Amino acid sequence: MRRVLALVLVLAGCGTTQPSTSGGEITVFAAASLTESFQQLGEEFEAANPGTKVSFNFAGSSALAQQLNQGAPADVFASAAPANMKQVTDTGTITATPTTFAKNTLQIAVPKGNPGKITGLADFAKGDLKIALCAEQVPCGAAAKKVFAAAKITPSPDTLEQDVKAVLTKVSLGEVDAALVYRTDVQAAGDKVEGEDFAEASSAVNDYPIAPLAKAPNAATAKAFVDYVLSEKGKKVLAAAGFTAP
Amino acid sequence: MRSRLPVVLVLPAVVGLAFLLVPLAGLLIKAPWATLPAQLFSQEVGQALQLSLICASLATIVCLVLGVPLAWLLARSDLPGRGVLRALVTVPLVLPPVVGGVALLLVLGRRGVVGQYLDQWFGISLPFTTAGVVLAEAFVAMPFLVISVEGALRAADPRFEEAAATLGASRWLTFRRVTLPSVMPGVVAGTVLCWARALGEFGATITFAGNFPGKTTTMPLAVYLALETDPDAAIVLSIVLLLVSVAVLAGLRDKWISGPS
Repeated sequence: MRRVLALVLVLAGCGTTQPSTSGGEITVFAAASLTESFQQLGEEFEAANPGTKVSFNFAGSSALAQQLNQGAPADVFASAAPANMKQVTDTGTITATPTTFAKNTLQIAVPKGNPGKITGLADFAKGDLKIALCAEQVPCGAAAKKVFAAAKITPSPDTLEQDVKAVLTKVSLGEVDAALVYRTDVQAAGDKVEGEDFAEASSAVNDYPIAPLAKAPNAATAKAFVDYVLSEKGKKVLAAAGFTAP
Repeated sequence: MRSRLPVVLVLPAVVGLAFLLVPLAGLLIKAPWATLPAQLFSQEVGQALQLSLICASLATIVCLVLGVPLAWLLARSDLPGRGVLRALVTVPLVLPPVVGGVALLLVLGRRGVVGQYLDQWFGISLPFTTAGVVLAEAFVAMPFLVISVEGALRAADPRFEEAAATLGASRWLTFRRVTLPSVMPGVVAGTVLCWARALGEFGATITFAGNFPGKTTTMPLAVYLALETDPDAAIVLSIVLLLVSVAVLAGLRDKWISGPS
């Protein structure tokens, strides 16, 4: 009996979070599309500010927004869409005004060698080609919808994927002939995926906002990290990943 | 008179029950009940629910047809390396479903090891089809059936089969008339587990079969995507899926497992 109680107590202990005592540690919730560039920024920030430690939680922006609204402990939120940032500012979880730190545009992604001979957005209407798009509920899908509306093209997708990485898996395996994803995603996908620019991309430019949390456990370092992302050095890293400056 | 229930068993049992039921209670408490009827009768939900039920049932049939003989082979034959085979059968259980989906793509996809020939010779392409959903669900759910049936077979007394053999019954006749009836509870339990797992399948399905309304969007996929923009709708969808599965399982239980006890 006593042993069982002890086990229950240990299990209960797992759920409580220890208040952070080390001064320089922050947790950054960032959109999945920022994985590569923010990891690099984190390392540079730690090197430039000895004693600091940046931990990341990368996931879809909407999932992150929900986690934050449910009280997940974090210092900074970098979203891939203003809509998801708004979900967090609406609840007062973030009170600071978010700053746009990068922009992303869509690109056509095709498997290496372009087996479907895709030349432009019009090919997305061809029923005999296998096409993957993001679901409308996620940012890349919403952007694709805007682009197709602007181009007056009705696409015939075979699948509406839950996120960009899932789309890219299908492109790199050659299961689809074409997909519409962000330029940065094509760049991060490696040499199994080729990107094609298209004129209509300018009709859906995606803003990436960043802000510190109202209840950030480490407000000073959180602000310093946001400033670092917005600095010239930060812009350089983001540009190398394929983002355009705001 | 029966003795008092031992606390050392009852306490963890109650904690265990609460652990399983509290998240469910959370869903029910947070549910926007006012929108439930509208959601329930919307075309998309109907479509996704119908597809889920059809695909999970077809996947269960596939699992029964292939899984029961496989369980028999593992339990009754003297195949060399049975222990390794038994461990390999559980691979889909430990594999993250998304990885399972990628593995299926690598084998049965348009450029896959086998899939490229299906495409070239027969014009069959499984990804992004309803058949692909059934396949992905069967892949993930089959171990549940195989393990329960195999466990039942190993617990069953082989002397009845031996007796049947001495009376001149062939192995096939023995299997049908002696073995199968004696392990029926295990088969039913495995079928229920298998169907429930198939119904809730998400990762392998969305990876292998993709997501297209009416074709491959099952309820778990609909729930996931609803969660992106409308968490309330996601809760309602989850409850619908839950109610339907509990109703079906309870109904089956009454019909099949209600023997004298």
